Amino acid sequence: MLERVSQAPSRVGGDVLYAWDELVQEDRVHRLIYTDPAIFAAEMTHVFGGTWVYLAHESEIPGNNDYITRHLGLRPLIVVRDAHGKIRALYNRCTHRGTTLCRWPKGNAGSFQCPYHGWSFLNTGKLRGVPWPEGYAADFRDPKYNVAQVPRVESYRGFIFGTLNLDAPPLLQWLGPITKPIDQWLDRNPGGQVVVCEANRLKFKGNWKLAYDNSGDGYHVVYSHRSLLETENRLSEEGNKGMAFYRSSPDTAPMYVQYMGNGHHFKDKRPNLNQRPGGLWAIESPHPGMEHAEAEFRRRYGERAEALLDLAGSEPVNINVFPNLSLLGNHIQVFEPVSVEETNAIWYGTRIVDANGDLGDALDEINALRMRTQEGFPNFGEVDDVANFEQIQRGLQCLEDEWVYMHRGLGIPGRVRTLDDGTITAPATDEVFMREYIKEWKRLMQTRPNLAIQREP
Amino acid sequence: MNGEPARDPSRSSYYVTDALYRALIAGFADWQRDERAVTDPAERDRFRRLVEREARLLDQRAYEEWLALFAPECIYWVPATPEAGDPRREVAVMFDDRRRLEDRVYRLRTGYAWSQAPASRTVRMIANVEVFATDRDAVRMVRANFLIHEFWGDETRFLSGWSGYRCVAADGAWLIVAKQVNLLECDQSIRNPSIIL
Repeated sequence: MLERVSQAPSRVGGDVLYAWDELVQEDRVHRLIYTDPAIFAAEMTHVFGGTWVYLAHESEIPGNNDYITRHLGLRPLIVVRDAHGKIRALYNRCTHRGTTLCRWPKGNAGSFQCPYHGWSFLNTGKLRGVPWPEGYAADFRDPKYNVAQVPRVESYRGFIFGTLNLDAPPLLQWLGPITKPIDQWLDRNPGGQVVVCEANRLKFKGNWKLAYDNSGDGYHVVYSHRSLLETENRLSEEGNKGMAFYRSSPDTAPMYVQYMGNGHHFKDKRPNLNQRPGGLWAIESPHPGMEHAEAEFRRRYGERAEALLDLAGSEPVNINVFPNLSLLGNHIQVFEPVSVEETNAIWYGTRIVDANGDLGDALDEINALRMRTQEGFPNFGEVDDVANFEQIQRGLQCLEDEWVYMHRGLGIPGRVRTLDDGTITAPATDEVFMREYIKEWKRLMQTRPNLAIQREP
Repeated sequence: MNGEPARDPSRSSYYVTDALYRALIAGFADWQRDERAVTDPAERDRFRRLVEREARLLDQRAYEEWLALFAPECIYWVPATPEAGDPRREVAVMFDDRRRLEDRVYRLRTGYAWSQAPASRTVRMIANVEVFATDRDAVRMVRANFLIHEFWGDETRFLSGWSGYRCVAADGAWLIVAKQVNLLECDQSIRNPSIIL
């Protein structure tokens, strides 16, 4: 049963909150989009709810009745694979008084009982019972007592998305051409599969869009990550480790950025690599266990060793799915807005599975090495980025200095090219992806979303 | 083996093997047992001095002296879950060998580690130090609670938890062969986790 959202209490609705064309211009945006609590509040319906949002990965709830708690914007959710195997995103909210039903981050449960007055719900969201029902004149078979849930939940190859917007296109259509790099990112792993395995979790006192602005930014690398690049290359004679390919002239290197529509974009650094087995591993900076694994694999597997080592290597792509998902290296990174000036940036690790049954003992060793490669960037790279995000938020308190620029590459003939499929490519340091995704953001902010929740009949 | 490279753990990592992971997990399982608690005051004091000195060296950012407290082939491990888990199958908040610990120090000193520019000022409180014997005479386990006051930016925050140390006797001294830092908020989003714990 669909339940349309009441328009009465909405402060945004279709009303013009701001002159959006003033705030988002061709080459710059106004500081308010990062600092204004009213805009943040509107984003929680127009963006986080009004478009498809990444919720969780299927490997986090592999069995029936497995659940994990997440957020859609600020809404607490229980993402559950119900007793029949259907994936649902339940509002973590008792229909009686509004209490959250589940306080654990993950687990396995066929039902959830509210700790406050004991109302109990099946993991389909259906009300199972209330204590002393004879005290009610109401008919508890009425669907309005069943837990609210996200009306549209769809997966793409294990990535679970949800939206409250009945007018949003189907997930596959909305993803569009970004599915191609997602496919490639998955298919380099055995069976085209990854399993989520814990996370490096950071938070910063800054707006969530500062992280999304950064997600395809090739211009900041040699400055914001200077300590990382120097550290990764301190023992290297060639000086070619990690993202060293940004150092000389990144715009003439074969890497590029590509805008894919609907706010999604793709930074492809793979063309910088030597296209051979082991070409990826060759630029890995030092990691714990690296030389041991190299020697062991080459002794045991001969030529095959290089491809096995590549499975532990950090895939040089940034696949950014608006508004909150970024696949980079081997990470599934998720941006969680907490307030207008606070964001969680969670770097979920992934491991591989022996889908083809040909890895044997190498599986655990590849995964161990893959864990160590994944810990590198959050520890030595991301910490410096989020420090800079916080300092942007601070700088934007200069009220009269209103504009933030994103015009790198704009107006240079031949630099930005629109391809036949409508995607847009540009050199790696170009800010075209910011200019394009913020148009999608503006479109969403200007459009009244057709939001609904669903309850079991 | 012919042509075997010089195995300086500051420059190469041959010792982080599957056997090491298994020994590490076993070493940090089921070690805090009352019947193994060391009661001799002199021995307890030796390890108390070790962890107190470690805290002071970190507060002073005296990283060379701090690194010298560790065995050449050592592990520094900050698990991402309270159960610690299996670092072969799960990412950790931090999991460093000797070389990566030295990377950590090197990065902080580049002058371009913006997360530590200016550097945090820290004061560490170390308490509840307990020492446990193991099956091996030359190995002790130490548990110590910590409370780190970290002044960074324009505010002071607190990081707390407990550390487990695996210590080995070497030439009359005790060295840390593995330090496991169990941060209270290990599975939560942490703001600027860029100091050495």
